[in-house]
Amino acid sequence: MEPSTSTQVNKTKTTQQSKLSRFLMSKKVAPYIFVTPFIVSFLLLFLYPMIQAIIMSFQQVLPGQVTFIGMQNYERLLNPEFYRALLNTSIYVVFTVLILVAFPVVLAVFLNSKLLKFRNLFRASLFVPALTSVIVAGVIFRMMFGESETAVINEMLGFFGISPVDWRYGSVSGMFLMVMLASWRWIGVNILYFLAGLQNVSEELYEAADIDGANAFQKFFSVTLPSLKPVIIFVSTITIINGFRMFEESFVFWQNNSPGNIGLTVVGYIYQEGISQNDMGFGAAIGVVLMIIIFVVSILQLKFVGAFKED
Amino acid sequence: MKKLLSLLLIPGLILSACGGGGGSEGAGGAESEDTSVIGPDSEDATELTFWTFNEQHIGVYEPAVKRWNEKNPDRKIQLTAEVFPIEQMNNNLRLALQSGEGAPDIADIEVSHFGSFLEGEVQFEPMNKHVEPVLSDMVKGRFDLYSKDGNYYGMPYHVGATVMYYNKEIMKKAGVDIDSIKTWDDYVAAGKKVTKNTDAMMTTIETTDQFTFWPLIAQQGSDYFNDNGEVILDNQTNVQTLQFMNDLIYKHEIAEIAPGGDHHAEQYYGYMNDGGAASVMMPMWYMGRFIDYMKDLEGKIQIKPLPRWEEGGSRTAGMGGTGTVVTNQTENPELVKEFLAEAKLTKEGNIDLWTELGFDPPMHAVWDDPKMRESNQYYEYFHDGIFDMLLELNEEVGSLNITPETSDVTNEINTNVLNSAIRQQSSTPKEALEQAAESVRSGMSE
Repeated sequence: MEPSTSTQVNKTKTTQQSKLSRFLMSKKVAPYIFVTPFIVSFLLLFLYPMIQAIIMSFQQVLPGQVTFIGMQNYERLLNPEFYRALLNTSIYVVFTVLILVAFPVVLAVFLNSKLLKFRNLFRASLFVPALTSVIVAGVIFRMMFGESETAVINEMLGFFGISPVDWRYGSVSGMFLMVMLASWRWIGVNILYFLAGLQNVSEELYEAADIDGANAFQKFFSVTLPSLKPVIIFVSTITIINGFRMFEESFVFWQNNSPGNIGLTVVGYIYQEGISQNDMGFGAAIGVVLMIIIFVVSILQLKFVGAFKED
Repeated sequence: MKKLLSLLLIPGLILSACGGGGGSEGAGGAESEDTSVIGPDSEDATELTFWTFNEQHIGVYEPAVKRWNEKNPDRKIQLTAEVFPIEQMNNNLRLALQSGEGAPDIADIEVSHFGSFLEGEVQFEPMNKHVEPVLSDMVKGRFDLYSKDGNYYGMPYHVGATVMYYNKEIMKKAGVDIDSIKTWDDYVAAGKKVTKNTDAMMTTIETTDQFTFWPLIAQQGSDYFNDNGEVILDNQTNVQTLQFMNDLIYKHEIAEIAPGGDHHAEQYYGYMNDGGAASVMMPMWYMGRFIDYMKDLEGKIQIKPLPRWEEGGSRTAGMGGTGTVVTNQTENPELVKEFLAEAKLTKEGNIDLWTELGFDPPMHAVWDDPKMRESNQYYEYFHDGIFDMLLELNEEVGSLNITPETSDVTNEINTNVLNSAIRQQSSTPKEALEQAAESVRSGMSE
């Protein structure tokens, strides 16, 4: 009797197993299983914290004392410091987008040209900055751009008879430092995107242009740029989002407090108010506003360049 | 070619994928810079952790652990001290207290941040049981700084008398007798001699920290807040004092902005070490910085009380300070509290504060102890009689009014006020202080 029952059990087990695996392998279910890791991480690491942050933005959060205070955090947002942070961040975004789209496109075209010698050397050296950490690179930048006469950059200016500049204390030079650091760091990555894009531009278009007698500039503006449009949209969207989220470029030059708030960014303001000043509710409110801003700007930008249109 | 390109692409993709998490690189991480373990590595010792932002502070716990383990062989402890940069330590501690997890047993909190740590339900253990019996032997004002609703939470390190450190060499070269400087007017006159007869400046002024402005106003009995916790940042005394700082640089031309922005910047240490300025005003606890960072000045520095503002005015101000707390996340509250009392509230502990750290201890019962006059590294680097001078000054040390908004004011001073009124001169001292006071008041109204 006994062996037969056990085989029966085994049988039902295997049928169960095969049923289960058949269910899992079915065309309808499998795709959901494959996306599950993403869905789970999205829910746990993105949606849940986001909802928590929105709730927190209506609260005053102190250890052991959490009270709902309605819109007070949002009302407090309308202060000069926040405007300053927003202004700094916006200027930074505009400059980084302009620089990090225009320069890499041109450089990528050069680096793709067969006329250029030592192409691989140039490619590699332009990419190297991307491998360093912003903090490490920033510390070096901070020393190079020190305010003393003996700092590297001021000494170089001295050769041209220009008096030393207090780099980290003026609003224009401060912004210059941040944009400079970001551009130096990210230019190589963006060149890669454009180089990849250039591989897909068909040779026939250039041949046709040659036959029509187009010069190099006409070819660049009428053939290369339009063909790179998807890459340009991608790169500029990423740069805008990263620009609004910027924190390290400012932190490495001034830590939390920049003179006259010349380096205050929106994320820096979240850090300063939410964590350094122990006001998490207010920090959350800034975060929610920042999220809305990024969302709106990205949608507008994508709509403006026609990314939603079916080609 | 294509192969190379795709090879190049790989790190690019990885990097851009990591981009989102990059925010924590400089700010977040819970890694401490330096860790030291004090006490026996035996199984019966209870392990305690201690967070601080000043490596020097650990010096007082080494003898304390030793004493404790000798006195309590059945309750031995082993203390792990972790040193973080101050901002990072504050943030880590705040988040740990907020979330109820991950806090150390003992932590150091700097005075201007202490108020904000007392908001909400206090996450520290009251030390009243240990403080009250010895309070009459202590400078009570130092304990009041770290208290709330009659509960004492923070155990102080020092009184923090502000003094003037003169470079004797430069002063001699300039032909100034240091003893003759009695008032700030004398100081300015001496400064003019220094700038005329030597290459050095008379002094330096901080614009990214508050240890020029705060002592100067506190010396005159002013402060950021009054006794009721109201903002008095823009009062007459403060405006005049800020103007005085401005005048030192631009009118009398005897001072300059501290290289690097404040007296804790690497650039400043190098500048001062090379004889860049003839004097600097800092609290007593700054002695340790001379020993650590300005070795060339050994034997050249004369410590003196501050010049007076007026006849009979005080010659110092109590500045800075740190309260050591026991957090409520400790597993052995009684043990930890008793140990902290051993370290900070006993005679031995207070003597160590002077001999190990060069701090003026808050327990006045030890001030007459012969051990305070025995030679140590501070007497050797500077000169004799430092401690006796401190005793004279300690009666003139006033108390400060610390509130939860003190860190807001500090932030305004370091970011806006000193920058616009001193460095950029884009606004007058009055405008700068009024604007800052307004900003702090508007944050307080809710």
